Amino acid sequence: MDLNDREEHRLFREEVRQFISSYRHLVPTETAFSYRLQPRPYSEDVLAWQKLLVKHGYAHRTVPKEYGGAGEEPDILKNQIISDEFFKESIPQGLTSQGISMLVPTLLEHGTEEQKAKWIKPTIEGDIFWCQGYSEPGSGSDLASLQTKAVEDGDDFLINGQKIWTSSATIAQMIFCLVRTEPDADKYQGISYLIFPMDTPGVDIRPLQTMTGHPSFNEVFFTDVRVPKSQVVGGRGKGWMVANSTLKHERGMLSNANGSLDRLLKIKKLLKAETWNGDCLGKDPLIRDRFIALQARVQAMRLHEMRMISEAEKGGARSLGDMICKLVGCQLNYELDCFAIDLMEDHGLNFDDDPSITSASYWQKQSMYDLGLIIGGGTAQIQKNIIAERGLDMPKEPRVKGA
Amino acid sequence: MDFTLSEEQTLIRDSFRRALQHLVDLDNIRESARTEEKTNEALWKALTELGLPGVLIAEDYGGMGLGLLDAILISEELGRAGASVPFAGSTVLASMIISTLGSRSQKEAWLPGLASGEKRIAVGVSVLFSNRKMENKLVFEKGKLNGGSSFLLDFAGAQGYLVSDRNRNFYLVEANAEGLSKRHFPSVDQTRSVGHLDFKDVSAEPIPIEDSLQINQALNAARVVLAADSMGVSETLLEKSVDYSKERKQFDRVIGSFQAVKHMCAEMTADLQPCRALIWYAAYAYDHLPEEFDLNALLAKSHMDGVAQRIAKTATEVHGGMGFADLTGVHFWYKRANSNRATLGSPKHLREEAAKLQAL
Repeated sequence: MDLNDREEHRLFREEVRQFISSYRHLVPTETAFSYRLQPRPYSEDVLAWQKLLVKHGYAHRTVPKEYGGAGEEPDILKNQIISDEFFKESIPQGLTSQGISMLVPTLLEHGTEEQKAKWIKPTIEGDIFWCQGYSEPGSGSDLASLQTKAVEDGDDFLINGQKIWTSSATIAQMIFCLVRTEPDADKYQGISYLIFPMDTPGVDIRPLQTMTGHPSFNEVFFTDVRVPKSQVVGGRGKGWMVANSTLKHERGMLSNANGSLDRLLKIKKLLKAETWNGDCLGKDPLIRDRFIALQARVQAMRLHEMRMISEAEKGGARSLGDMICKLVGCQLNYELDCFAIDLMEDHGLNFDDDPSITSASYWQKQSMYDLGLIIGGGTAQIQKNIIAERGLDMPKEPRVKGA
Repeated sequence: MDFTLSEEQTLIRDSFRRALQHLVDLDNIRESARTEEKTNEALWKALTELGLPGVLIAEDYGGMGLGLLDAILISEELGRAGASVPFAGSTVLASMIISTLGSRSQKEAWLPGLASGEKRIAVGVSVLFSNRKMENKLVFEKGKLNGGSSFLLDFAGAQGYLVSDRNRNFYLVEANAEGLSKRHFPSVDQTRSVGHLDFKDVSAEPIPIEDSLQINQALNAARVVLAADSMGVSETLLEKSVDYSKERKQFDRVIGSFQAVKHMCAEMTADLQPCRALIWYAAYAYDHLPEEFDLNALLAKSHMDGVAQRIAKTATEVHGGMGFADLTGVHFWYKRANSNRATLGSPKHLREEAAKLQAL
């Protein structure tokens, strides 16, 4: 165990710090969270910042040069250095939309040369925004039971069906979508992964109001949507395998201990700034106790991620340690939010932007959003099944006949 | 950055794991548990040959001169096996305090014997963390100790005692000193020895403490060692649960195929996995990042205590009635986890220390 940077990484850290100090004045003012809560087209500033990061190899750095990336060798430690240095200076990192974090790695792994050349560069630069058409009203945790049909019609598919929980569908130009192309095949073998424009005739979007008060999700209806067969990624009937490689990317995206640390540091400020009966909050014995207990969990997750990074760097396979991150990280974030809300007593009930009251509405919305993440991207219960069945090698649930 | 063990460290861990697998089973755990002394002297002798007692003692005094990270790897294995041997008290606290603060003659008198395993020192520091009123206060006057010391760790078979008063003054006492009376404490943990001492005009030598921060560091080091023990304990409890759930059948299915049971095991795993990095990091900080050590040690033990307590309960439940019965032996690890939790400061006490460190 040696937690010092090796020479190469020490120099890289210097480079990142240099970059931050040279370009700090170009940092956009909108936060990523505000975009997540209220999806809208990126501002000029956000797009310019994204292009700058891509150009310098500080976002999506391993994407090959011919597809618009920096073509760097994979180096998980360098990714961590970028993430840590940006976090320390409160500098926004590269965008993490579903298109960038899930579609791009999938195209790189399964796409045709033409698909890669056409879509990757504008996607990582933020010019093309994608939404994900996976879940359906009847297919949530059991995603492979999805029913949206794509029927052959000459060189095209004709798509009919409905998707739900489609984030950002109203602003996306494109969708990556799972559809059933072989209705007679086994449920895992009959799915194809399709990409097509959201303005194709027959696509109908209806915003879905959520508990945060923002319509951050949508329902998307397809009526005779015509998509050329060439828009399949990874081959007909291979969609389940292709999607699973994307879901793996999503689960990685949904946990990041720096996000938990960010919440903890905000809470620490509250403990020192807020007062109860004239004493600062941090003096209350129960509050102190709860804070330190949460701090230990945040610290454990941060260090755990470092350990997982080191193991991955040494070529270790996906382990139990990786499988728990989404479950533990999302739960921890939610508990941090709830603790912050408690600290503000009835002021914490504020739900509308009111800068006069210690950003209480931020914590309320953040907590609901984080509750959503406990459910989305594979519910906590599905995560536990994965940990038990794949990680601990416990027997699978017996399948019910006919299901 | 490399957050993995070095080859040497892997070797140490593996050699202790193998030896303990070979030497410890439920039968000899039960045998030790039946005795008042608890300590398994044959096991102590065998582990001495692997260098256990001298792990933290300098090579000049016959020890291995290794770091805290090495010590916690051993500690985890002791917890995993449920081994009935002295460690946190004699091998960690006594060796560290005498090594860093002892006079030259104290070092020469004790360290070589500690390193070779011929001598052991039981350590009484409970008074530093207890909120209870001590009626039998320890008083040192004119070279003599009067009063009492409670809950000494690694009590049985010790050749010496290292005891603290409330003000962090430490005294060394020979086990055969006149005026000393000893009582074994019937602790819930049946795998390690704990006891009380009463002093009546007992000759004692004070440890010349110049810097009480070093006492803090030694105490925190021992806390990380106990956290590592609890991690090993938890690993065993989880492993036993998963194994049992794959064997035990009800409703024509192994119970491990029910989600209710799977989720219990998954939750234990999710709780336990991040603890390893927290504990390793604290130990690494002792050796390499001293300014981060105290806080991380306090976080590590207080957090691990909570996780181990939940795992001890859940593992017993996964075993159903067999967890409550003596037969599977699950209770030995259940009790050991709870003993670690109450030793060297409760989680509440440690969290309060951590809050103070951060000026909260």
